[in-house]
Amino acid sequence: MAVLPTEKHTSPATPHTRGGFGGWLLDPKRRGALLVTPAIAILFVMNIFPLMWSFGLSFFNYKASSQRVPRFQGLENYQDVLTDDKVWERFQTTAIIVGSSVILQLIVGFLLALLFAKAFPMRRIVLMLVLTPMMLSFVSVGVFFKLFYEPTFGVVSYVLNKISSEPFVMLGSPEGAIAGIVIADAWMWSPFVMLLVLAGLVSVPKYLYEAAEIDRASKWRTFRTITFPYIKSLLLLAVLFRTIETFKLFDIVYIITEGGPGSSTETIAVYLYRTAFQFFKTSQSSALAYIVLFIVIVLTNLYLYAVNRRAAEVD
Amino acid sequence: MARKHREIGKAGWGYTAVASVIGFIYFFPVFWIILTAFKTRTDALAVPPKLIFTPTFDNFVSVFYRASITTGTSQATDMGLYFFNSIFIAFTSVGLALIVGTLAAYAFSRYPLRGNDTYLFIILTTRMMPPIVVIIPIFLMFRLSGLAGSYWGIIFLYTAFNIPFSVWLVKSFFDELNPEIEDAARMDGATERRVFFGFCIPQILAGLSATFVFGLILTWNEFLFALLLTGVETRTVPVAMARTLGGEVGVDYGLLAAIVTLFLIPIFFVTFLLQNQLLRGVTFGTVKK
Repeated sequence: MAVLPTEKHTSPATPHTRGGFGGWLLDPKRRGALLVTPAIAILFVMNIFPLMWSFGLSFFNYKASSQRVPRFQGLENYQDVLTDDKVWERFQTTAIIVGSSVILQLIVGFLLALLFAKAFPMRRIVLMLVLTPMMLSFVSVGVFFKLFYEPTFGVVSYVLNKISSEPFVMLGSPEGAIAGIVIADAWMWSPFVMLLVLAGLVSVPKYLYEAAEIDRASKWRTFRTITFPYIKSLLLLAVLFRTIETFKLFDIVYIITEGGPGSSTETIAVYLYRTAFQFFKTSQSSALAYIVLFIVIVLTNLYLYAVNRRAAEVD
Repeated sequence: MARKHREIGKAGWGYTAVASVIGFIYFFPVFWIILTAFKTRTDALAVPPKLIFTPTFDNFVSVFYRASITTGTSQATDMGLYFFNSIFIAFTSVGLALIVGTLAAYAFSRYPLRGNDTYLFIILTTRMMPPIVVIIPIFLMFRLSGLAGSYWGIIFLYTAFNIPFSVWLVKSFFDELNPEIEDAARMDGATERRVFFGFCIPQILAGLSATFVFGLILTWNEFLFALLLTGVETRTVPVAMARTLGGEVGVDYGLLAAIVTLFLIPIFFVTFLLQNQLLRGVTFGTVKK
């Protein structure tokens, strides 16, 4: 159905013969704009317009739960959010979870990539074992990891109890709860990092390794001077993409710990959700959401820089 | 034009054995979920956890049929519908995003305009933003326009979510093609339509399938918007999964595991078929031939 727009512009011999609006629209000069229009239109309706709407909301004292007419109050919401100690705490929690999860994903993803960089029989099938976690839903990962950590029924607790005599309650302490979330998230997304690194590894020209072998370069040296430069920018890409995604981490936290114990694992996304849907502070949550969006835009810029650098390198 | 991978050296069956063991350890949580799907309620919560047990298919049956306590007969659940919804919504929206995104990508690649980079940046930002930023306006919009609970509403929303990556990925594939061939074809009198469908599209088919599988993985499990915006008729499986959690007798792990297992099959199959392309997809087209 969306083939229609192409149909319209694709007969270069005829457009000039048409007059009126149709002729104007199909002018080859506007072909680029015409092709972009459907994408921009959908994005505008579904993303950009709502984005502007919530930007507007962030300056009012609107509550989705009340009938009162919203009152304009300028930057007050932003002031409230930025001076709220709770918000800073949530940002810290988020930073800790993002930092440790992304580092863990990098290490595991990298090691997995080294494992799968070789060609071996049935590689396609073995690789599927590792890719599967990515395809699970957050809900199911959350529920089952919570079960694994469960002190009485959980597999993890069972194994750990065999090793140490102390009773093991993973989600009881703030550190344990954070570790629980980080492990679940890193398990799910390390395969993604692996795919990126793998793509870097297979792009290293073979002759470079052959040359290194002739020079009798040590393994470490080969890695540092040949392999690493090729995967460097892809690693950066992985870090940024996963940072942006983990920054938004919501479902897993909400299901595994609900932000607890206390508020020790409440990420900014969970806090946002609570402000918006439990306390119905719609406007305040919009203001906070915009602050988060600003951070994401900064990260996106870094991400683009990484992508461009990678593209330039491969050229 | 499937790209042949250049692996670092070749290994034999010994290596396969080692890799399988490591792969299986990584896979273990999934394996446990699949095992749980074959367990009775008692086995699922046995202390110590059971690895060996008598398998039962009851959970899979109760995904689709629920025994009614009052009448003693079994009653069909709507899970079949939810599976259909998930497949229909995900495939349609990823497909739509691919078509619309390909057109836009072609334009960005072939008709460079002033301000193109700004457009591309805005497009990417919409994908990177936390969904929570737009959830309230979208919720209100859907309510006012009557799109809430309809297929088109959620399909268009998911299409919008998939457009940014489709544009970015497909553009990078178009960028790699040699425009001289296209110009030569034009000289020979090929129409624009023929250049696009006859020359460009066939060359990036691998890239298109990468984009498709990547989008599918990201859309397949979407939960938050599906929860808020689908109705009884259009509910997707992730939402249905979450609904099994709130029972008065606690989580029915066997039932949930059965749903998870069944829901994994289609996406697993598609990913397996397009595995080589996926490798291409996650690098955002930056790995060149």
